Amino acid sequence: MTVEQLTQLIYLVSAGAFILSLKWMSDPSTARRGVFAGVGAMVLAVAGTLLYPHIVAYHWILIAMVAGTLVGVPLSWVPLTAVPQRTALSHAFGGLAAGLVGTAKYYTWLDEGQLTTFRMAAIGTEVLLGYLTCTGSLMAAGKLQEVLPTRPLTYRNQNLINLGLLAVAIVIAIVLVFRPATPFLFPIVIVLSLLFGVLLVLPIGGADMPTVISLLNAYAGLSAVAMGFVLENKLLITAGALDGSSGLILSIIMCRAMNRSFVNVLFGAFGQVQAASGVVEQRTAKSATPEDVMHLLENANTVVFIPGYGMAVAQAQHRVRDLRDELTKRGVNVKFAIHPVAGRMPGHMNVLLAEAEIPYESLVEMDDINPEMPQVDVAVVIGANDVVNPAARTDPKSPIYGMPIIDADKAKTVIAIKRSMNPGFAGIENELYFADNTLMLFGDAKVVIGEVVKEFSGKQSIH
Amino acid sequence: MQLDFISGLFVFMLATFIGLDVIRRVSRLLHTPLMSLTNAISAIAIVGAIIITGEQHTTLSTVLGAVAVFASTTNIVSGFLITDRMLKMFKKREPAK
Repeated sequence: MTVEQLTQLIYLVSAGAFILSLKWMSDPSTARRGVFAGVGAMVLAVAGTLLYPHIVAYHWILIAMVAGTLVGVPLSWVPLTAVPQRTALSHAFGGLAAGLVGTAKYYTWLDEGQLTTFRMAAIGTEVLLGYLTCTGSLMAAGKLQEVLPTRPLTYRNQNLINLGLLAVAIVIAIVLVFRPATPFLFPIVIVLSLLFGVLLVLPIGGADMPTVISLLNAYAGLSAVAMGFVLENKLLITAGALDGSSGLILSIIMCRAMNRSFVNVLFGAFGQVQAASGVVEQRTAKSATPEDVMHLLENANTVVFIPGYGMAVAQAQHRVRDLRDELTKRGVNVKFAIHPVAGRMPGHMNVLLAEAEIPYESLVEMDDINPEMPQVDVAVVIGANDVVNPAARTDPKSPIYGMPIIDADKAKTVIAIKRSMNPGFAGIENELYFADNTLMLFGDAKVVIGEVVKEFSGKQSIH
Repeated sequence: MQLDFISGLFVFMLATFIGLDVIRRVSRLLHTPLMSLTNAISAIAIVGAIIITGEQHTTLSTVLGAVAVFASTTNIVSGFLITDRMLKMFKKREPAK
């Protein structure tokens, strides 16, 4: 067996292990095994590649790998609220790697005069996707970290200009395919791709970040596939396709959860201040004290918590867990209703609650909890807004009309914990707060839930 | 080993179908760890980066390759570590006290 055949054999095993790794992610009980399979697959892939006969020197590879490890380890320690930013940054690195390898290959083959039409087409795709993923993801990370303004930045004819730019980049790439030896055109493709990535994410608002992150995930995967075609490497194509399909599925789930299409997310500039939709009436919401809330919860049989990103911002998840413990101790049935877009990336809320040691069995998906909502005694909305806004069901004029929501309003009593009456992320008024069965508990979620818990434990010491 | 365009497309198509089917079964609970895991997996780009760096064809390609190796390693290391860190937090029932 030649070395090359050995490498291919190792790649085959590695590809199989990658598939198993994702397969084991289907259930929390096998998921950690999935990570180990992934690590094993990656180690095999790197080892197999290092055997490659064309590699003449190892020192730069080694230095870069050590440096990458030194940066990568601290990056894995970020607080869980910052996981979306880390993920976006990681998409940016993935895109960058693809772009750089494509660039290097272009100039290498240009030198050697081996730039065939097929190779050039693959390089063009890789470079376009790679660089636009890189800058687009950096923009997304900036918005998530709130270094950049989270609201959509728009200007006149934005879509026309963006698409025009992309069209020019693609046309130049196509010209390169037929005339590969026009090196002055290649940097133009790079610059346009980088620019397009920035402009693509600029008009997308904070509320759409879960979809954008998923979409960039798919692009990062596809750029790895394109690299596979450039380097004629089946392992790259396989792993890239797995990543691409994961990004695609997550994007579809996110879009459905918001009742919006890809086109709408990318070009709709959602989350703009919906200027004066309807007359602003002065209405009053009923407010409650922590003591009232304690009594309500104490007498309930079923309580459903509906957490939103506001809960994570207030770092209230540990207080929520304390409250849950108090209730469970008293025999109250406590569940958590999780909307698919709660948080800043797919599944974000589940991770935040898991960190607070809330067992995942009590985390219920939107579709499973909604039929039960009319039987629920108290629904506690913590830092969620649009995902419980009944206007999505009832008001065809509302910008979120048609979006699937958690039917908090159907519970017998609703307690909404909120800092003030300001509308949420999307800037839309919420009818729920004015409903007859709703009580508002104003204040910082961490503080007021702490007070409710105190009411419970204070009561215990009196008896 | 040479790979012609059509064989490449075959691999791509089959892997996509497997990917779609496997990912569809992933519990929604785990979508965040799934994305960190696929992040790490897509850093398979390191394979290409290693070849470019190791060939030492020109200074330019070596430098670009080394940066790509650096970026991919960062993704691999932080992706796998953070996925495992998150998964450790998912507990089925109350921790025994």
